[in-house]
Amino acid sequence: MSRDQAMEASAQADDRFGAFGGRYVPETLIAALDELTAAYAAARQDDAFQEELRDLLRDYVGRPTPLYRARRLEEAASSGELYLKREDLNHTGAHKINNTIGQTLLARRMGKGRIIAETGAGQHGVATATACALFDIECVVYMGEEDVERQALNVYRMELLGAEVRPVGSGTRTLKDATNEAIRDWVTNVQGTHYIIGSVVGPAPFPRMVRDFQAVIGEEARAQMLERVGRLPAAVIACVGGGSNAMGIFHAFIDDQEVELIGVEAAGEGLDSGRHSASLAAGRPGVLHGAMSYLLQDADGQVAPAHSVSAGLDYPGVGPEHSHLKEIGRARYVSVTDGEALDAFHRLGELEGIIPALESAHAIAYALRAGSGYADGGPTLICLSGRGDKDVAHVARLEGRDSIL
Amino acid sequence: MTKGPGISERFAQRRSEGRAALIPYLTVGYPDTQQSAECLTAVAEAGADIIEFGIPFSDPLADGPTIQAATFVALQNGMTVEGTLEALRRFRASWDTPVVLFSYLNPILQYGMGRFISDAAEAGAQGLLLTDLPAGADPDLEGEMRDGPLDFIRLLAPTTEPDRVPRVAEGGQGFLYYISRTGVTGATQQLRDGLGGEIEALREVVELPIAVGFGISTPGQAAMVAGVADGVVVGSALITALTSGGPDGAGELVASFRAAMDQAAH
Repeated sequence: MSRDQAMEASAQADDRFGAFGGRYVPETLIAALDELTAAYAAARQDDAFQEELRDLLRDYVGRPTPLYRARRLEEAASSGELYLKREDLNHTGAHKINNTIGQTLLARRMGKGRIIAETGAGQHGVATATACALFDIECVVYMGEEDVERQALNVYRMELLGAEVRPVGSGTRTLKDATNEAIRDWVTNVQGTHYIIGSVVGPAPFPRMVRDFQAVIGEEARAQMLERVGRLPAAVIACVGGGSNAMGIFHAFIDDQEVELIGVEAAGEGLDSGRHSASLAAGRPGVLHGAMSYLLQDADGQVAPAHSVSAGLDYPGVGPEHSHLKEIGRARYVSVTDGEALDAFHRLGELEGIIPALESAHAIAYALRAGSGYADGGPTLICLSGRGDKDVAHVARLEGRDSIL
Repeated sequence: MTKGPGISERFAQRRSEGRAALIPYLTVGYPDTQQSAECLTAVAEAGADIIEFGIPFSDPLADGPTIQAATFVALQNGMTVEGTLEALRRFRASWDTPVVLFSYLNPILQYGMGRFISDAAEAGAQGLLLTDLPAGADPDLEGEMRDGPLDFIRLLAPTTEPDRVPRVAEGGQGFLYYISRTGVTGATQQLRDGLGGEIEALREVVELPIAVGFGISTPGQAAMVAGVADGVVVGSALITALTSGGPDGAGELVASFRAAMDQAAH
């Protein structure tokens, strides 16, 4: 093998997680992905970059986020100890900002004057608009028309922050189509634009880079568990749409083989209903948005529409590293229905005074359902990835409380 | 490398006549199965040298609004990979125009790459182009394509770094598809000024014929591109003509491109 071939083989391996990941994109984007890969590699080694990121996460985002023991939730679940990693207390209300601050710093470093993003629930759009306001960078957010309707408040928030929200009316009018449109924009304006993907999906280097920016969640939580509880958790639970909060909290525990990692997908109206977003449970490997990963699709390889009551989980694909963790058995993936998630949304409010995002409510719902039926009832760490303010109007509407809106 | 009669011969023939090859793209199954078949015939009759059969995909992220819409309708009509091959078999019964199958990767992956290549060759295809399988992305799949009976058509973009060009070209067969601009498919008012120079530069390192696509929407633009490249791809403008004028309208558009390109040659 020549030196060039060896370098290429190692770059190949870096693009993948086992058989998953890669860079299945139009040729036009290859140069931009190469540029991004190099810029990110340099930034990782650059102390000034890391220090600026650390300072912003502390002073602007509000890190470290607390680790909170939810005793009344434990009682209701008849479970072992349950510790919530409070990503809902981040500035803008979810974990998404860990990634957008990092990528915006990177975009500035690359001299990009324009940033685009896709958003489902709107949390990633808000977090991107926030970082762009902070660094005075032009910001365009693509959002499916259906999500624009069910997350109207977040649309307005993005506008208040100076971003332009472009509704996407093609396909299923949700996150998948917003992502298509963002990629089309990037292909067109690739020279001066950086695309901030909001999850651990997309072509390399995005899945690894987004995971690294989110890994702060697990690094903090691991240290907090050791300090407060004096041991590692027996299990870590997080919801999985694209899977960025899950990869963020899992990553620090991957080598701790004794820690069970549990990802919770959205079963929507039930796995048998055909209306769900459980790519890992019910999909099979395929290529969407630049990566090989588990995918909801029909026999002909057409991407199947996903469904979840939670816009942030309403995505037919999943991050390639999750596919890999499933394949090697390092993580276990389960699912909960819309109904269970809505129930958990209420119960966490009633029990702990915390209204979770509908996405995060899926993780809570699994803990409520499983009780002590995993990890021998040992202490469990749950990623409370976001707060539920954005979902209040949506849930009220679902429950026929339109009169209060 | 050549793989039996087909794409390379067609380019060689046109080149010897001092003409450029005309390569229409059509989304198979649009606007419906019957008219789609008529349209393939109409463009063959109107002077197409090679036809790109677009296999519809639910998430056409390299395509602009025109082909997105055509794709959506074709899928609504129930068009599939198998259906596309069936349309090809029917076309092949009357026409020997070389055919390139144009697809996103996932439908082919699910069909099975090996099975697809052999079924497509049997149905009468000469080439295969996958928009989201750039050079080096998947050596196993690329090897299977290169070693199979279909010409493996590679794309180059204006953003492709010069040191990458030979690597892309090396693995290509039949012709090299040069994307005229950064962006998705779709008609444009004006082609970029630098296009001619870029193609001249590519010829230094590329032996394959070079066809240019994306945004070529008028006979005048086609004639201009024919002056610098070996082939001209027309897609969105043709779909628009099909939408408004049916298969006859599509045939007329191809005939007008043919005439303008051939005139430029003399």
